[in-house]
Amino acid sequence: MTTLDQIAAPNRRRRFGSLTLWAGIALVGIHIAVGLLTVVWSPYDPSGMTGGRLEAPSWLHWAGTDRLGRDFLTQIMIGSRIALIVGTGAAAIGAIIGVTLGLLAAFATKLLDDAFAATLDILIAFPTLLIAMLVVAAADTANLGSAIFALGIALSAIVARLTRILTKRVLLLDYITAARTSGTSWLGIVFRHILPNIWPTLSVSFALQFGLAAIAEASLSYLGLGAPPPNASWGRLLQEAQGTVYTAPIGAIAPGIALVSLVIGINLLADGLRDSVDPTRRAR
Amino acid sequence: MSLLKVDNVTFGYSSGKSVLAGVSLDIGPGDTIGLVGESGSGKSTLLRLLLGLTRPNSGSISFNGTALDPRNAQFMRAYRRQVQIVFQDPYSSLDPRQTVLSIVAEPLRSLKIARDHRQMVMEALVSVGLEPTILGRYPHEFSGGQRQRIAIARAIVAGPSLLLADEAVSALDLSTRIRIVELLKQLSASMTLVFVSHDIGVVAALCEKIVILEQGRIVESGDTKTILANPQHPYTQRLLASVPRMPA
Repeated sequence: MTTLDQIAAPNRRRRFGSLTLWAGIALVGIHIAVGLLTVVWSPYDPSGMTGGRLEAPSWLHWAGTDRLGRDFLTQIMIGSRIALIVGTGAAAIGAIIGVTLGLLAAFATKLLDDAFAATLDILIAFPTLLIAMLVVAAADTANLGSAIFALGIALSAIVARLTRILTKRVLLLDYITAARTSGTSWLGIVFRHILPNIWPTLSVSFALQFGLAAIAEASLSYLGLGAPPPNASWGRLLQEAQGTVYTAPIGAIAPGIALVSLVIGINLLADGLRDSVDPTRRAR
Repeated sequence: MSLLKVDNVTFGYSSGKSVLAGVSLDIGPGDTIGLVGESGSGKSTLLRLLLGLTRPNSGSISFNGTALDPRNAQFMRAYRRQVQIVFQDPYSSLDPRQTVLSIVAEPLRSLKIARDHRQMVMEALVSVGLEPTILGRYPHEFSGGQRQRIAIARAIVAGPSLLLADEAVSALDLSTRIRIVELLKQLSASMTLVFVSHDIGVVAALCEKIVILEQGRIVESGDTKTILANPQHPYTQRLLASVPRMPA
């Protein structure tokens, strides 16, 4: 005989197979795998001269060599690791600071909220790269940590504004009032109702922040303010390939493709995850 | 003794706009009271005051003889268990990212009612005419009427003594409205019901007592049949005259 518990067992059907999600997993997965691999192994010593200057792609050097005779594929692989560390670190710092500030602003009194909104608008008016450059310059030394922190701070304003707007919209809905009349605490409302409902939009924003951070890190490195040598940042590789772009275009094309594939992969992954965790989209 | 007593309550916004002026109301155990008025008459504000979500500028509200004090956490927890609400819009009153089980069990969880939540939720669903098989489903999988039944299940799951219904049927189509009114009528046999509406027809079908609000003031109150048969206040007469009727 079927019991009530059996009848009422939660419906665990999950449609976890959109093309978008799998394309994102594949692209990001390749970068993560390559990045992790470089921790224990790389084809060549990234700073060692292992071939002639500006060699074309061959069986020995799949992406050729740079102007100092270093293996280009090795440097691009290490660049994956740097981009992932910077993107994840900056997006995480931006998310933690931004979401916290955005939630506080949404719950604040009107005066505080207005002041907060105006401050955010001013911060957002400054380009992310400019703020990051200022923070790195203030840190006095260009290193990976200061680049991550700088980008995280710069991105947090965008996340904070988005979180504030989304939270205020959710707070107006009847299910929040129902939660209050059910005795749910404000903290419970935040974790049980607000964050799950603003997450789909935020997750897409985090992916954009990750992409922005990866691009901004490349830009900082291009300007000599990012990860210092021997870290093989894609931005530094692009900067070094600038003088040889006509004679050895692979030096500019390969890091560019690597950067674009990572950013696209992250965006596809975020879209796919949003669709898979959102019950209203999952049922379509 | 009153279950809920509203004594000379006034409420207005800091801009100076007055919403409620000297409202007094006595709700006894088992009463079914219809709170009627046009949009902007202060009905929903009065409900927010009754729920303890907003504090009156002056006057007092007491429940079972104890003054309502939102700062008293212990009292408010007991109060929340006794007083629940059903909202007008069944689409915005259910969290779209939670399952029916999680939605209906929220008062049990938040009020720390230590019993088998799943069993209590299933009992509440059955009592509002829903199958217990829907526990793992999400709100978007249901029609407006079914959603309103889920909202009613959430409101009654903790066993309240007073149910507030804020225009609970006005967003529903006619046949669904009739079925939800029937359901509320059944529920009112075991609890006090305050039904806020601008639809006098629904109030007449559901409530034994009626309170007419106009611009934040109670202009007439008493037995529903008596008032509808012989309205004394011009505003009540206008409200009744505005009820649409089938052409002869």
